[in-house]
Amino acid sequence: MIIQTSDLWKVYRVGVETIYALRGVTIDIDDNEWVAIMGSSGSGKSTFMNILGCLDTPTTGTFLLADHDVSTMSAAELAAVRNKRVGFVFQSFELLPRMTALANVEMPLVYSRTGWRMRRRLATRALERVGLGDRMHHRPNQLSGGQKQRVAIARAILNEPSILLADEPTGNLDSATTREILTLFEQLHDEGQTIVIVTHENDVAEHCHRIIRLADGMVEEDRMNSAPVRMTERAAAPLVAPPTSAGPVGG
Amino acid sequence: MLNPLFYIQAIALALRQIWINKARSFLTALGIIIGVASVTTVIAALAGLKGKILSEFEAIGANKMFILHDFPDEARNRYGWTDVRMKVNELEAIEANCASIRRLTPNTGLSATVQVGTKTQANASVTGVWPAWHEIEGREVVLGRQLMRTDNDNARQVCLINEKGIERLRLNSDPTNTHILINERRFLVVGVLKDFEAGMFNADFGPGGSDVEMIIPFSTAARMKDPDFFFMIIAQVMSPELAAEAQAEVRFVMRKMRGLEPGDPDTFRAESIDQFIEQFQVVAAAITAIAGGIVSISLLVGGIGIMNIMLVSVSERTREIGLRKAVGATPAAILMQFLLEAVTLSVVGGFIGVAIGELGALAMTKLPGADLEYAVVPWWAVVMSFGFCALVGVVFGMFPAIKASRLDPIDALRHE
Repeated sequence: MIIQTSDLWKVYRVGVETIYALRGVTIDIDDNEWVAIMGSSGSGKSTFMNILGCLDTPTTGTFLLADHDVSTMSAAELAAVRNKRVGFVFQSFELLPRMTALANVEMPLVYSRTGWRMRRRLATRALERVGLGDRMHHRPNQLSGGQKQRVAIARAILNEPSILLADEPTGNLDSATTREILTLFEQLHDEGQTIVIVTHENDVAEHCHRIIRLADGMVEEDRMNSAPVRMTERAAAPLVAPPTSAGPVGG
Repeated sequence: MLNPLFYIQAIALALRQIWINKARSFLTALGIIIGVASVTTVIAALAGLKGKILSEFEAIGANKMFILHDFPDEARNRYGWTDVRMKVNELEAIEANCASIRRLTPNTGLSATVQVGTKTQANASVTGVWPAWHEIEGREVVLGRQLMRTDNDNARQVCLINEKGIERLRLNSDPTNTHILINERRFLVVGVLKDFEAGMFNADFGPGGSDVEMIIPFSTAARMKDPDFFFMIIAQVMSPELAAEAQAEVRFVMRKMRGLEPGDPDTFRAESIDQFIEQFQVVAAAITAIAGGIVSISLLVGGIGIMNIMLVSVSERTREIGLRKAVGATPAAILMQFLLEAVTLSVVGGFIGVAIGELGALAMTKLPGADLEYAVVPWWAVVMSFGFCALVGVVFGMFPAIKASRLDPIDALRHE
């Protein structure tokens, strides 16, 4: 089990008002699952994702990430967990504009004890995995939207995280690029990556193997997607052959 | 514990930020630049002044002592000139009884009219001394001989003249064995002195003075003057460390000679060059401290400028901070990064300031008439400037850095 949450509550106090963002969410996510978290705004999905990403801690309840209890950790400990075990992908990419793709991907390693050569090697490998081996020295403004998101994904998978957490990863992309990025997620999933995507687009969610729908801070629906949509044979074509898996598996 | 590489990267990142925002960084650091440039220049100027004055003192001689009359402050009216003026028997008593004094000479000046043939020179500086003057002052005799004991014992009318004097009086290039009239007395020229190099304390021949300088025996000079003429004693102490002891000896001898009672004030003074140097050092240190204080205000203003721009930088880069935190930067790492950025900014400013200060010091040494050829920025001023800049960076960078480190990554990433 990669993720085990039990009875997560998140309560904010805004002035005199008390907001219950999560009201007892209990969800387990297994190794190599591909989960979509859906819900309207105010459903608590952002709060849930922040807790999964160790950016936030629950008010009550426990959260085990790869068997470590993160619900009671300090800010510095959470930072270390984010650094090693969580990979973030954001809607707006969040690349630093004046650094090359390679430097952007290397960035998380600045905050861990990693030597210069090792950084270079890991970042290069991550960029090759997302098919940007030939764009390593480009700056974000020299890359297309899809390429930017690939750089961001490379940065997220650099440390081989326990979960890859993507918040509306295709929200800023056109449909062709969206397919490109979904293909990449599919490939990473095939390679064994656990992926959690927060989205409100059904087109995106139907590629996932499990769909969790939140409403009013509670789990409204949690179902397996028996027939996830697979990218066709186009899938593997633009990508570098994955090092472990032998291409798409039937679904 | 942060990776050592982290610090290098943070500094590289800070330098890049400075380079990207060149104009802004320059304006930000301007306060620091001006502060450091002025402190280094002022210190260099003071060092120049100090070097100049100390070299003057050294030219006079570090183990020299002056003994002369003094009207005591507290009893000005009790003593007349005849009571306080130095007397020849006192001179002889000091010579005989002060063991810490190696040699001494009286020194009395007279402004004289000098005549050679039809050439007349008014206001020539004529000084009556003992032969020991040659050793004490160390003036080179380029031609002829020094004064001798017999010259003084017999009050001979002999003189030495400086090279300028030869020129002014149109004498032969070797004037020895010719005669000069000093206040209408015939003096035999026995030697030629090398010209004194003009300095701060000895160039002053007064308005209308001339640079003709003559040395005659003290006893000869005494005959040409009033009976209660003024003279002072220039003494050479055995070694500079014995200055205080020599002073005590002189005081004992003089008080005894003058019959002063235990409660009576000294009616003379004995001052060593060391004392002047000490006094001057105190004054110089005070001036340096005051200048430093004034300049630290401009460093303070510069620091506020840095704080301001760092706050702007933190709010501009809120999303970047959010991202860095999301990928694993601890609050301490963010704090360190922004602190290093502030320190780098102010140290770079300090570097430019020191460079300008060095140029200022160089310009000062080249300035004609300023007499500041000793003006250099001392190494401690450079070290201190950088230290201060780093301190200013830490102090004024701390608040923005703390602000950055405390940003909530969720809010920061949502920041527009």
